Amino acid sequence: MSEEYTSQDIINALAEPLAEIKKRYPTKRSAIMPALHLAQDKYGTLDEPTYQAISEMLDVPKIWVFELASFYTLYNDKKIGKYHLQLCTNVSCMLRGVYDLMDHLQTRLGIKKGETTEDGLFTLIAVECIGACDVAPSMMVNQTYYNDLSKERVDKILDQLSATEKET
Amino acid sequence: MTELVLLKNVSHPDSTLIGYYEKTGGYQGLKKVFKDYSPDQVIEYVKASTLLGRGGAGFPTGLKWSFVPKDGDKPRYLCCNADEGEPGTFKDRLLMERDPHQMIEGMIIAAYAIGAETAYVYIRGEYGLSIEKTTQAIAAAYDKGYLGQNILGSEFSLDIHVHKGAGAYICGEETALLESIEGRRGQPKLKPPFPAVAGLYECPTVINNVETFACVPHIFSRGVDWFTAIGPQDAPGPRLFGLSGQLKKPGVYELPMGLSLRELVEEYGGGPLTGKFKAVIPGGVSAPMIPLTGLDVKMNFADLAAAGSMLGSAAVIALDDTASIPAVARRITEFFSHESCGKCAPCREGLTWAGKILNRIESGKGLKRDLDQLEVLCGGIFGNTFCALGDGAAGALKATLKHFRHEYEALIIPISVNE
Repeated sequence: MSEEYTSQDIINALAEPLAEIKKRYPTKRSAIMPALHLAQDKYGTLDEPTYQAISEMLDVPKIWVFELASFYTLYNDKKIGKYHLQLCTNVSCMLRGVYDLMDHLQTRLGIKKGETTEDGLFTLIAVECIGACDVAPSMMVNQTYYNDLSKERVDKILDQLSATEKET
Repeated sequence: MTELVLLKNVSHPDSTLIGYYEKTGGYQGLKKVFKDYSPDQVIEYVKASTLLGRGGAGFPTGLKWSFVPKDGDKPRYLCCNADEGEPGTFKDRLLMERDPHQMIEGMIIAAYAIGAETAYVYIRGEYGLSIEKTTQAIAAAYDKGYLGQNILGSEFSLDIHVHKGAGAYICGEETALLESIEGRRGQPKLKPPFPAVAGLYECPTVINNVETFACVPHIFSRGVDWFTAIGPQDAPGPRLFGLSGQLKKPGVYELPMGLSLRELVEEYGGGPLTGKFKAVIPGGVSAPMIPLTGLDVKMNFADLAAAGSMLGSAAVIALDDTASIPAVARRITEFFSHESCGKCAPCREGLTWAGKILNRIESGKGLKRDLDQLEVLCGGIFGNTFCALGDGAAGALKATLKHFRHEYEALIIPISVNE
């Protein structure tokens, strides 16, 4: 069990919105993906208590929940930083110099891709095409797109995010 | 320049609002359909328009709708494939973020034609704004009576729901998309049965791409003759081309099909960054790249197929003379390897292996026999997988070996006692 919440806490928080979502589908199984999204939006990470809670709420085997959480890349089963830097490294971004930006980000943050900074602020990952090819290179920070990236622009974005953190 | 149809409104600040959409001719097609057309007549009309699917395969839309059995008491489903993930493709995102009602109106017409009362828009999870704008547009359509019970006073009722994906390219494959909505891993299924007969929840289902649906209302509001007069006869109508890579003017361009690839990248794309192209990928990374000598090929399904490539999602990625072909091939192969659902061994194992070889070659440790091995792997994958992902990966890699073998050979260790 997680230290911060139990599966019962999750049920208390998500049962109501999930009941609404269930109505969209003729089977309970179809509501598992939306349930995982709901849980991740609320808690940031998916874990055992979450799978348990979803399994109970939808009355489906827990393995049905886990097999989706482990298949789809947007579901996180490990803790990620407050700012999830998702740098697109696919062909259009690659042709526009994204590999240099990846090197730059790794150096500046002092982490390798896939890792999180010690203060828990930034997680850096390489992702597949995010559909911003005409404004490449591009990255998403959480849900926000940042386009036409250069080293200077990346520095500015990180400076701004860090400054926001200091203020709060 | 031809008149803009699909992108007519995208630059207007109110483009996502239903009021603005209606003011500029929106939902007129739907009203006409409900007034003058039976479901069968809708299908015949779309057939007559020769609308070909904009998602990748270019299948005739009306024909696809006609495959849904007329009788039977199972519910029918309609799905919109908005899982746009083919690298280089970003047109559907633009449509959903800036003018989502075209897609929704097209979906209502399609659902009416096939008798579906429930529809899903499967939007990739990364597209947060597309999900937001589509959800808002659906709500607005309910408020105006275009969705819900007894639409516009007719007998017909329809609900549309958004299903958010979670980062799996393979869910753009239609049977994998249906599996995903059903709450399973996105793994393609063998066809037949085709979705039109046994699709979502084993019920008759039609799946079309965002841009395909967006074309539909215009066919009815402006007529088949107008639609078929745009572009070539065998592939008419407006088409969104996504231009990216090493071009001066990347972006989404709405043009008729049938222009040459050269016109597209030089006139519209503004030419190469460095002044000289090396190759162009004409339809997303699944489409085999075309070397400089082939740039005069016409951008439509038949001509590109004859040239050994494909139009796919019309996502054009240009490579100038600074691009390393082995590096691009390695990146494409890694992408497909990462996105392989793991069901078929040739794709799952073959692409992992090919990726390792390509990395080895790129780092200067490749042997000449590695190139032969890559050819063997391509042959072993192509045609031996459930879905088109394996074929796309193998075809893309094979084209680089065919046209740019010298670039690989330049990276190979020159002398080896083993060879």
